[in-house]
Amino acid sequence: MPLEQLQPLDATTEEKDYLWTLNFGPQHPATHTTLRLILTLDGETVVKAVPDIGFLHSGFEKLGEDLDYNQYVTIVDRMNYISPIMNEVAWFHSVEKLMGIELTPRCKYLRVILGELSRISDHLLAIGAQALDLGGFTAFLYAFNQREYIYDIFETASGQRFHPSYLRVGGLVFDVDDDFIRKVRGFVKTFPKAHADVCRLLNRNRIFLDRTQGIGILSKEMAINMSCTGPIARASGVVRDIRKDEPYLAYPDFDFKVVCAQEGDSFARYLVRMEEMIESLKIIDKAIENLPTGGVSVDADSKVVFPEQQAVYRSIESLIQHFELVMPNRQWTPPVDEIYGCIESPNGELGFYVVSDGTGVSYRARTRPPSYIHFAIFPYLIEGHTLSDVVAVLGSLNIIAAELDR
Amino acid sequence: MPFDAIVTQLQSRLGADALTTSEFRDNRRIHVSPDQLFEALRILNADLCFDMLAELTAVDYLKFPGARDRFGVIYGLLNTESGERVYVKTFLNEPDVSLPSVYSIWRGADWLEREVYDMYGIHFEGHPDLRRILMPEEFTSWPLRKDYPMRGKGERHNFTPITRAES
Repeated sequence: MPLEQLQPLDATTEEKDYLWTLNFGPQHPATHTTLRLILTLDGETVVKAVPDIGFLHSGFEKLGEDLDYNQYVTIVDRMNYISPIMNEVAWFHSVEKLMGIELTPRCKYLRVILGELSRISDHLLAIGAQALDLGGFTAFLYAFNQREYIYDIFETASGQRFHPSYLRVGGLVFDVDDDFIRKVRGFVKTFPKAHADVCRLLNRNRIFLDRTQGIGILSKEMAINMSCTGPIARASGVVRDIRKDEPYLAYPDFDFKVVCAQEGDSFARYLVRMEEMIESLKIIDKAIENLPTGGVSVDADSKVVFPEQQAVYRSIESLIQHFELVMPNRQWTPPVDEIYGCIESPNGELGFYVVSDGTGVSYRARTRPPSYIHFAIFPYLIEGHTLSDVVAVLGSLNIIAAELDR
Repeated sequence: MPFDAIVTQLQSRLGADALTTSEFRDNRRIHVSPDQLFEALRILNADLCFDMLAELTAVDYLKFPGARDRFGVIYGLLNTESGERVYVKTFLNEPDVSLPSVYSIWRGADWLEREVYDMYGIHFEGHPDLRRILMPEEFTSWPLRKDYPMRGKGERHNFTPITRAES
């Protein structure tokens, strides 16, 4: 995009000619992914910031109108690739709401465990990258070391580290094994120590405090008016968590706190994320110890899940059902209607608006991406701060460009 | 506030036949005409405490079985105190695909409206900066419309290379 189009202020007039323009990104190490900002500066003070996005746009929503309900899971995985399972949970939450499927207790618990693990993974990345941008390299290493254990757990469950594609309509691809349970228990034991290490490195770190406290303040009214959700809204005092307010999966079974703060600055957002990880760990601990027995997918007679492989080979009914679900002209027959379902993803409200025309492929698969909504508030947060605060605010918003552009 | 009370209050302000409702699972929808959309949203925000615009999206019903209208635009409203949700839906037909912008009510509508404009070509009157947001600005089609093919219309091959001086 040519710079002239984005010149927000008339720089030709006498009194404004000291302003200068800085192009930040799209290939800048501190943006982490490809996003671009055009900053108008007065010396080192940011007068105006204009985000320019779309570098990673790859038509995910158009693909959702072409791939069937199960196939699309590979695409939603790649939206917020930091917490892929959460996107899968959100997608199937909407689809199962549309089809009216009630999951088995074991599947609900496993989805909660995997979802909360990916929430921890996402928060660790947000905090680690924020610390890295502000010069705290050690905290980044501690955070990323723990993320490695979480990837290991995902690999044990699904066979894939980064993009598990583990969920299916009505359940999971296959059940977890004892190794998974052992690894999750191990993570629950070891994580508090690593969490305390990161806390000790950052909570009273003079440089970190100076660069985050009072920077990028978002008021409560502004947060609501600009559609902010998740940790960013909670750091500004909006007491709202979809896990509590509109419970889904097995969340009513667990006791956890909604972490909030009042200040609304970058440091408050950091603290909220730190505390949320401890709450998530409590949920995981309770869920893994009370994991219900039974199947992970709904009853095969409901005609929405694939029958087991052995059953397909050995009985004609299962073979027919498998055939019915894979043939593009048959598949699922959801009601002809539309639905919006949302969950609490690590970044905020992640929703899918699914329109169904009665076939196995959604007519419209709209994503409500939290990163997209949160990047829109960035120009308001940065106004009046210095150039060096750009990375401090950007890091605290945790913008994932793949989800931003889709 | 129960859904019926919201509908009654809206009907008393806009007229009894101004809106229809529909429900599916927990999604409660209010259908209004494009002329009354802004007024309905303003009442919902100012008097009925729907303080957050949680979702704004559009659907192209060109190939939808039994559909009479071309575009549907959906506003998902949320009351952050009580957690209630209401969906306001309106239908648009060509050639007049424009709606009033709700930027003056919710500033969160800024990018959401730009995205709908970018993908469907629906104009939002009164939006301060209605530009393409995800697609490049020289793009001429509306990619999420149903008459736009899955594999594109060859725009990718016709892009003129940009030199460093021009960028």
